[in-house]
Amino acid sequence: MQSKMKESDPILEVENLSASTDNLPILKGVSLTVYPGEIHAIMGRNGCGKSTLSKIIAGHPSYNITNGDIKFLGENINSLEPEERSQSGIFLGFQYPIEIPGVSNLEFLRVSTNARRKFLNKEELDTFDFEELVKEKLEIVKMDHAFLSRSVNQGFSGGEKKRNEILQMALLEPKIAILDETDSGLDIDALRIVASGIKKISNSQTGIILITHYQRLLDEIEPNYVHVMSDGQIIKTGESDLALELEKKGYEWTDNFIKET
Amino acid sequence: MVIFDNMVNENLVKDVVKEPYKYGFVTDIETEKIAKGLNEDIIRLISKKKEEPKYLLDFRLKAFKKWQKMEEPDWAGLGYKQIDYQDIIYYSAPKQKEKISSLDEVDPKLLETFDKLGIPLTEQKKLTNVAVDAVFDSVSIATTFREELAEHGVIFCSISEAVKNHSDLIEKYLGTVVPASDNYFAALNSAVFSDGSFVYIPKGVTCPMDLSSYFRINSGDSGQFERTLIIAEESSSVSYLEGCTAPMFDTNTLHAAVVELIALDDASIKYSTVQNWYAGDEEGIGGIFNFVTKRGKCLGKRSKISWSQVETGSAITWKYPSCLLLGEESVGEFYSVALTNNLQQADTGTKMIHIGPKTKSTIVSKGISAGNSKNSYRGLVKMGTKATGSRNYSQCDSMLIGDQASANTFPYIKSQQPNSEIEHEASTCRISEDQLFYLQSRGIEFEEAVSMMVSGFCRDVFNQLPMEFAAEADKLLALKLEGSVG
Repeated sequence: MQSKMKESDPILEVENLSASTDNLPILKGVSLTVYPGEIHAIMGRNGCGKSTLSKIIAGHPSYNITNGDIKFLGENINSLEPEERSQSGIFLGFQYPIEIPGVSNLEFLRVSTNARRKFLNKEELDTFDFEELVKEKLEIVKMDHAFLSRSVNQGFSGGEKKRNEILQMALLEPKIAILDETDSGLDIDALRIVASGIKKISNSQTGIILITHYQRLLDEIEPNYVHVMSDGQIIKTGESDLALELEKKGYEWTDNFIKET
Repeated sequence: MVIFDNMVNENLVKDVVKEPYKYGFVTDIETEKIAKGLNEDIIRLISKKKEEPKYLLDFRLKAFKKWQKMEEPDWAGLGYKQIDYQDIIYYSAPKQKEKISSLDEVDPKLLETFDKLGIPLTEQKKLTNVAVDAVFDSVSIATTFREELAEHGVIFCSISEAVKNHSDLIEKYLGTVVPASDNYFAALNSAVFSDGSFVYIPKGVTCPMDLSSYFRINSGDSGQFERTLIIAEESSSVSYLEGCTAPMFDTNTLHAAVVELIALDDASIKYSTVQNWYAGDEEGIGGIFNFVTKRGKCLGKRSKISWSQVETGSAITWKYPSCLLLGEESVGEFYSVALTNNLQQADTGTKMIHIGPKTKSTIVSKGISAGNSKNSYRGLVKMGTKATGSRNYSQCDSMLIGDQASANTFPYIKSQQPNSEIEHEASTCRISEDQLFYLQSRGIEFEEAVSMMVSGFCRDVFNQLPMEFAAEADKLLALKLEGSVG
C-alpha cells in the first residue's frame, strides 16, 4: 500500500521494531512509515501494543528496544531522550494525561513551548507574549482561560484533560503527532471540538497517527491508512474502509489474518 | 538496545551532586580564640570580653548551672555521635582594631568573604532594599543602613551593641520567651551566647525596609551560639530575613542558637529563614548540627507572628519555631520547606500554643526527602482552657524522591477547650516516573522537570517568602536536588 511513489521524504519510519519491558516482549517487529500530510489510524484490541508503540516513539524509559530502528526525518532517534524528541517535533497525546500538582498549567505550557522554540532557533517568549499566543490557541480547543491558572491536569475532567493535550499540540506545532486514544472518554460535542482542533493544527507538512478503538473519531478525521495491530505486530493495513469493516465485523474477524500469516 | 537507560540519569545526577557546596570556602584570617572547654571561668571570660553588665553575667552563670544539671535530649531519635562539650571553642572572633567607626575600617578579607556570599556590605555595593547585619563566627562585623533606620526610630544592631546601648530593653526582654531552663541547648546558648541581632521597632512604625542577618561560621572547631531578639511595639511591623552558610569541614560543628520574638498589640513580625549550613558529604562526614530554639510571643491583642523557613543545609536540623498566642485574636503562622538529601536528618516543625481567646494558627509544612535522608515533621497544637473560639489549621505534606529516603509526621494535638477547632491534613507523595516522562515528553529536561515538581510542591510556602528570597529558595532547592532522582 505504501510502496507507491511519494514526492517527499518520510517524517517517521519505524523499521521492524521489537521492544520489551521487564524482559517481556511487547512489540514483535512493527514497521510503519508516515509521509507529510498523511493520517494513519492504528486499531486493535486492548493490550495489542498500540500504546506501547506510541510511548516508545516518544522515548518512554520503561521500554527497551531489542531490535529495529525508529527514524525521524531520516535520523535514527533510538537513543534520544524524550525531551529531545519533543523539541525536535514529535508529539505524544497521552491516553491518560498525568496530573502534576502545584505546577501551573500556564507555566508548564510556556516552558514546554519555549523548549521547542529554542530548538527551532525561534525567540523564546516571555510571560506576556506567551499569554497572547496561548489565547489564540485556546480558541482552537474552546478552552477557558481559567484552565491556565490551575495545576497541570489536576482536577480536570476527562474531556478537559484531552483538550489540554490538543492545546499542547497546538502550541508545539509538531512534525508528527501520535494521539493515543484521544477520543476515549469524550462526549459527542467534545469529540467534535477535539477533532476539528486536530484538523486545524495539521497540514500538508505534518503527519498524524491516531490510535483509537472507535470509528466515530475516524468519521471526523478520515485517515489515509488504517493499520490493525495484534500481539505486537501490524497484521493488516488498508484504507479508511478497513476501519468500517472492522467496526462491522469486530476484532474476531482479524484473528483469521494471524492464522493466514 | 536500550533507548533510555536509567543509568544515564544517574550519572547525570552524580555529576551535578559533585558540584561542590558553593559556600564551602574558608576565609584565612587571624582570629582571636579562647581555649577549648566550658566552665565558669570561660563564661566569665566571654562576658568580660564583651564588657557586659553584671545582670548579664549572672544570667549566663545561672543558665550554666542549670545546663550542668540537664541531660542532653535524645527523644527525636536522631543518630549522632555524642558531642564533647569540652572540645568546643566558645568564642572566636576575627582580629580587628579596637574600635571601628566605619565600614572602611573593617578587614577587607571579611568584606570580601561576604561579597563572595552575595552579601556585599560596602557603601557602594550594599543591597539597596535590605539592611544587613553580618555575623562572622562569634561577632557581628557590620550592620548597614543604621542611620536610615534610626530616622524611623528602628534599632537594628548586634546584640552585643544592644547590651551596651539599650541595656534596659535587653534586661526587660532577654530570656522572657525562651527561658534559660527551657531546654538543654537553650540553656547552653544562654550561658555562652556570643553575638546575634537585635531589632526594636517603636510604636506605630512600619519598618521601611526588610532587615536581614547573615550568619557565617568560619572556624572549624568553634561552635556558633547566636542570640537574636526582636521586639515589635504596638501597631508596628517588620519583616526579618536570616541566611546562613559555613565552610566544609570533616568534623561536625555545633550551632545552637536562640531566637526570641515579642509582638505587642496589633504588631506583626515576619521571620524568614533560608538555612544552608554545610550538610556534610555524601557519606555523612562533617556538616553542621543545627540545634536551634526559636519562639515568638504574641503578647498583644491582634498581634501576629509568622515564621517561614526553607531548611536545606546542616547534617542534622532540630528546630521548632513556635508561637505562644497570649493576646486575644493573635495569629501564629508556620510555613516550612525542609529538604534533606544524602545522609541528612531533619526533625522540624512547630508548636502553636493557644492561650488567649479567638487565637488563630496556620501550619503548612512540606518535607522533601531524597537519597538516604530522614525527614520528620513534629508539631504540637495546644488549646488552653481560655482559648475559646480559637482555630488551627495544619497541613503536612511529604515528598519522597528515590526509595531509600524516609519521611515521618508526628502531629501532637492537645485541647482543653471544647469551643475550639483543630484541623489536620497530611499527605505523602512520590515523584513518579510517569510524571517525569510527561514533562520530558513536552521538551522539558529531566533536571528541570524534577525542580518544577518540587517547587510546585513547595508553592504554598514559597508564596509566603519575601520575593528575592523565594527566587533564591527555588534555585537552592533545584541545586540541592540535582541528580538525586534516577
